[in-house]
Amino acid sequence: MIHIENLQKKFGKNIVLSDLDLIIEKPGVFAILGPNGSGKTTLIKSVLGMVVPDKGNISVMGKPIKKNFKYRKKIDYLPQIANFPGNLKVYELIRMIKDLRQSPSDEERLIQLFKLEPFLDKKLSTLSGGTKQKVNIVMAFMFNSPLLILDEPTTGLDPASLIHLKNLIREQKEMNKTVLITSHIMQFVAEVSDIIVYLLEGNIYFKGSIEELKTKTGQTDLEHAIAAIAIEPAHV
Amino acid sequence: MFKILKYSFYDLIRSRWSYVYFLFYLLLGFVLLFLNNDVSKAIITLMNVIIILVPLISTIFGIMYFYNSKEFTELLLAQPVKRSSIFLGQYLGVAGSLTLSLVLGLGIPFVLYGLFKSDAIFDFSLLLVTGAFLTLIFTVLAFNIALSNENKIKGFGYAVLLWLFMAVIYDGLFLMSLIIFKQYPLDSFSLGATIFNPIDLSRTLILLKLDISALLGYTGAVFKKFFGTDQGLFVSIFMLIFWTVLPIWRLVFVSRKKDF
Repeated sequence: MIHIENLQKKFGKNIVLSDLDLIIEKPGVFAILGPNGSGKTTLIKSVLGMVVPDKGNISVMGKPIKKNFKYRKKIDYLPQIANFPGNLKVYELIRMIKDLRQSPSDEERLIQLFKLEPFLDKKLSTLSGGTKQKVNIVMAFMFNSPLLILDEPTTGLDPASLIHLKNLIREQKEMNKTVLITSHIMQFVAEVSDIIVYLLEGNIYFKGSIEELKTKTGQTDLEHAIAAIAIEPAHV
Repeated sequence: MFKILKYSFYDLIRSRWSYVYFLFYLLLGFVLLFLNNDVSKAIITLMNVIIILVPLISTIFGIMYFYNSKEFTELLLAQPVKRSSIFLGQYLGVAGSLTLSLVLGLGIPFVLYGLFKSDAIFDFSLLLVTGAFLTLIFTVLAFNIALSNENKIKGFGYAVLLWLFMAVIYDGLFLMSLIIFKQYPLDSFSLGATIFNPIDLSRTLILLKLDISALLGYTGAVFKKFFGTDQGLFVSIFMLIFWTVLPIWRLVFVSRKKDF
């Protein structure tokens, strides 16, 4: 699915990713965790081709992503901050993305699920943060791509929508897709994810299942295990 | 690219500013024709307005659009669309809508006044063509500035400075050098200096086509000999194209390496 070799990225003097290797082969939900500024978003954006790495190779579905843009048709992305062109209406935005991607989509069901019908005719600049995030989710889940990348999907969601989101992620898992998630909410991570990838100072510090993480750190819940992991002297 | 162009263009022609710009030219055209009562004279006055105003509006519009559409750009970058298509599409959308405002805004009053029956039609088309080129050139220069400057205030400042330099300071420096080096033959120098500023180039091109070069004395004669011929016209148009294509190339080149 995703092969990352020797990935390196600097922003000025600040080394964000240093010689990172990551192979994600089988389907499932992968949680990319790490403290603030550990390079989670940079890693995700490198896979999407939004950030150009200084060094290293990335391939998605067996094809290198350099000088390639068609592979993004296989990826659905939910950005961290739901920034949309403010003067478009919700349905215009959805129509535009559909027009750009030219793939089959089932936005109707998602719009109903998140009760967005009353907002379809409203301009995006007038929506609240949570509603924007719902639009964001609809746009990320409406296509049937084999790879989903969700950057902080829970931001601003009410409890009911959060349940819908979890169900959607489980649905994707059952459809044998690969889902990458970043989040700071450990309860959410524990509920949906299979594998934890822990980033620290621009490199992968731990990769394994939640159970492995708990045994390794000797903690009983994920939140404490994650908090303990960086202090642990021995690592993988 | 054409899809991006389409969306940018529709987005812009729905915006209030495009209408303000269009109505301004419409009004200007009608007022000038009403006051001058003569197509050729109106063209001269219009030239003076266009040569200063088109670069200013294009620069500011270009830089504002680029910064304002940051979200749109980021959304597009995650879609299966080529980077160069995103930026070229947006650029052509802005430049296209500005050109449309210019051509329609000035074209309508002149056509209604009887442009097609007058012999100034060539001069008028030349005016519109140079206006269009100035729009293309200054919009892409503004896009380049915006792409290289994350800081909006800085970018805006550079853009205004660029316009000020091209429209005002360049002429001042040019004039000063003519005075300082007046003992030397300056024909080819002034010809060269004119060619390297798109605003001066457009102005000279139109002035000389309007057959008022007699006012310019000896240098005017040299200029007339150069710009008045077909060859001169081709060289000028070529320079305008060069001024358009080179920044477009840089836009594509730089955007390919930028992080978002």
